[in-house]
Amino acid sequence: MDARLAALADRLRGLLGAEQVITDPVRLRTYECDGLTSHRSTPAIVVLPDTAEQVAAIVRECAAAGVPYVARGSGTGLSGGALPHADGVLVVTSRMRRILEIDIPGQRAVVEPGVINLDVTRAVRPYGYYFAPDPSSQQICSVGGNVAENSGGAHCLKYGFTAHHVLACEIVTPDGELVELTADGPGYDLLGVFVGAEGTLGITTKITVRLTRVPETVQTLLAAFDSIEAGGGAVSAIIAAGVVPAAIEMMDALSIEAAEAAVRCEYPPGAGAVLIVELDGPEPEVAAQFAEVERLCRDAGAFEIRVAADDAERALIWKGRKSAFAAVGRISPAYIVQDGVIPRTALPRVLARIDALSAESGVRVANVFHAGDGNLHPLVLFDDAVPGAEQRAEEVSGAILDLCIEHGGSITGEHGVGVDKSRYMPRMFTDADLDTMQMVRCGFDPAGLCNPGKVFPTPRLCGEVPGVRRGAHPFEGKADLF
Amino acid sequence: MSDQDDLPKLLGDCVHCGFCLPTCPTYVLWGEEMDSPRGRIHLMQQHADGTSLSGPMVEHFDRCLGCMACVTSCPSGVQYDRLIEMTRAEVEREHPRSMKERAIRGLVFQLFPYRRRLRALRGPLRAYQKSGLDKLIRRSGVLERVSPSIAAMERLAPPLGKAPRLPERVAARGERRATVGMLTGCVQAEFFPGVNAATARVLAMEGCDVVIPPDQGCCGALSLHSGREDEARAFARRTVETFECVDVIVVNSAGCGSAMKEYRALLADDPAWSGRADALSAKTRDLAEFLVELGPRAERRPVPVTVAYHDACHLAHAQGVRTQPRTLLAGIPELTVREIAEPDVCCGSAGTYNLFQPEAAAELGDRKALNVAATEAELLVAANPGCSMQIATALRHHGAAIAVAHTAQVLDASLRGLGRDTLIPHTPRATT
Ligand SMILES: Cc1cc2nc3c(=O)[nH]c(=O)nc-3n(C[C@H](O)[C@H](O)[C@H](O)COP(=O)(O)OP(=O)(O)OC[C@H]3O[C@@H](n4cnc5c(N)ncnc54)[C@H](O)[C@@H]3O)c2cc1C
Ligand code: SF4
Ligand code: SF4
Repeated sequence: MDARLAALADRLRGLLGAEQVITDPVRLRTYECDGLTSHRSTPAIVVLPDTAEQVAAIVRECAAAGVPYVARGSGTGLSGGALPHADGVLVVTSRMRRILEIDIPGQRAVVEPGVINLDVTRAVRPYGYYFAPDPSSQQICSVGGNVAENSGGAHCLKYGFTAHHVLACEIVTPDGELVELTADGPGYDLLGVFVGAEGTLGITTKITVRLTRVPETVQTLLAAFDSIEAGGGAVSAIIAAGVVPAAIEMMDALSIEAAEAAVRCEYPPGAGAVLIVELDGPEPEVAAQFAEVERLCRDAGAFEIRVAADDAERALIWKGRKSAFAAVGRISPAYIVQDGVIPRTALPRVLARIDALSAESGVRVANVFHAGDGNLHPLVLFDDAVPGAEQRAEEVSGAILDLCIEHGGSITGEHGVGVDKSRYMPRMFTDADLDTMQMVRCGFDPAGLCNPGKVFPTPRLCGEVPGVRRGAHPFEGKADLF
Repeated sequence: MSDQDDLPKLLGDCVHCGFCLPTCPTYVLWGEEMDSPRGRIHLMQQHADGTSLSGPMVEHFDRCLGCMACVTSCPSGVQYDRLIEMTRAEVEREHPRSMKERAIRGLVFQLFPYRRRLRALRGPLRAYQKSGLDKLIRRSGVLERVSPSIAAMERLAPPLGKAPRLPERVAARGERRATVGMLTGCVQAEFFPGVNAATARVLAMEGCDVVIPPDQGCCGALSLHSGREDEARAFARRTVETFECVDVIVVNSAGCGSAMKEYRALLADDPAWSGRADALSAKTRDLAEFLVELGPRAERRPVPVTVAYHDACHLAHAQGVRTQPRTLLAGIPELTVREIAEPDVCCGSAGTYNLFQPEAAAELGDRKALNVAATEAELLVAANPGCSMQIATALRHHGAAIAVAHTAQVLDASLRGLGRDTLIPHTPRATT
């Protein structure tokens, strides 16, 4: 470690105590990646603050020393957003996990950023409320991470993403100041800018979340089809009938196989695709619509329909779906979790193209997706022991994103751009678009120390005139600083 | 088990998703990656890639309770149980321990697996407890200063009563339905003799001839779960031999049962023993598991008491036995079972953990004690002697004493129609 970083580590120890500042190389390396293990970088220093004031002090020290820093929650991100900076500080919020306030009449709770998503629901469930965003990783991902990634889950179709459930954030700005961003204040909606900024505009230290009432009734069914196309037909029919399900999720044969191996969810054998449809709301409405959904599924060719009789059966239906990503580890040594969006109507066409891509390249692709809003999660399988396999998988994975863009969709639905997809940004946005985004970023972080190297494909110096680039970039060779 | 070729594959199963983190007791306590299953697997990978074992690395392995909550919560099927056993064996082989650590480990491993040595300790310990000296010493904190581990041993010693000797054979009541062997365990036999007596009675009342080989030794669980593989193998061979005479072995201590089910892997590379070890693992049953398989026959009589049932890690995570004890308890008239919050999180007992990592164990014990107290139950039921000692100690520390019993003792009280009084001494029944 160079002298500057060593001096910084000493100052941080003074602020936090020696226990909460990690510089031992073996320990540091355990933080080298998040849920996306293909990008790794060992940070110079890891800090484990307990309070917002400590986070502010850490940021001020980094700013003074000109050292970059990256926030990390539970490290489950799938785009390398929490990838550390080799010469920087990783600010881990996993000890900031107090639920500070539960205000049931006001339907809100105030939590620290390291609080686990599902723990919010556990805390308010006795009062008849829950925290609606439900990423499959909800048992471990942090609310701070959810805010940064604007995470969604199976129930986004009806309830929206994290952005719709955050009322205020206390953040530490890149100057080291603690400020509160709220949704309802006059002026620009800075909270809207902050949510989904992937930790590049500051570090969240406190979040006020909206609590949602547990619906009067929930009905869940699992329908098995011979093919993905038949399942897709059912999805279109349901939406066309004007039903807004709480969730519609689809899994193909390969992902069913994986889930079966992992959690023995006992989905109907021989299914080419399963559809999970959940309806919630007032009893009579749900009952009527549920009957209609069942009929539409049958009409579309469902050969078996199972209705969950109680919460335990519902949990079993969901278990297969929620464990699908990690479960793929059972059927493949390694895999890439892709995340793309397409208009729902393009579903059959895009899936057929993915099939063709897979057949041509010999790379297996398992499909799990939020069918209701066209958010695809192709899982591209490969064996990392075979030379070149990862590269081929990467190519297929990239080609799938091209398909999404080609069909008027997006390169990410909920996992974010991070370090992994920054290179795809120019396929979706013009230079002018990207410059505009970078200007917003410079407004928050002129020194470019807050989670640098993420989201944007090329570094940009704040103060540089957009669009005009002459000669060598001043940060050439140190590009990852920005 | 010693098959190192397996290691890369076992490590490769982890996809770094983090789903195991919230069930890992040490992550719950400290929120640090290195003290999570994902972090520990990463450390093992670093070592496999050539980084030598260092003090910090070993510290994080030592802090793992071996509770196997991560095995249950992992969707990718990572066999952390095998990983940590291999790693512990490696640490024992390669990593020099400090004098003080060696002394304490020596003391524990020379004492606990040997019933005769434990028995020798009973007399003085009982006298010590009766004299009131124990309270004085505890208050003085002198043991803490000498060694937190020895202080933990002292605190955890349960109040001792008389230890009845069990006969070699207990005949079935009524028509015989099965003949079973019974493991009496080291700690269970010497410190919780009432549990063994209750187990034998319940089995007999349910129509089993119970064979209790008098020459049985330690099953090797403590050694196995601490990486002392050779020692564990020696204990395993002896246990295999002792129990070859029966078709089923009933075990009432979760740690022992899980170790015996692992003999198969432990002796897999030993051609002379692998078949015999396999057979032993296949016929080992936890008491609750066995009783549910057998089905109830004896009449259940009311035991009006509210119990909190604690999932011992070596029962719930290592053996997957969760529903059976609850089914048995629920089958007793007038008995109410309450669930304890955070059921997956270990109480900190974990075999030798509370002896080697006393501070962390105490923190976990406190956490568990608060959750147990929140159930407002009158009786804590667990199927592992270590858990009972640990939680009772933590509750006492919070000034909230609770009666503890093994599932066998509650069943015994019901089958014999003893009501609640043998389980909850000296407390008048709350009138609510
Ligand atoms: C098996 C699996 C399933 C998943 N399923 C879903 C899903 O269904 N839907 C979905 O949306 N995502 C899903 N994810 C992705 C991931 O869980 C989410 O992105 C989650 O919100 C990340 O939370 P985290 O606490 O792990 O954040 P991290 O991975 O630690 O960080 C993610 C990003 O947030 C930033 N960040 C973290 N904390 C803060 C803070 N306090 N202030 C500012 N920035 C911060 C980091 O810098 C980084 O850029 C899944 C991941 C896995 C492994
Ligand atoms: S065995 Fe228990 S303590 Fe060890 S890593 Fe797994 S969950 Fe954590
Ligand atoms: S051990 Fe299992 S649950 Fe834990 S990070 Fe690895 S794959 Fe995920």
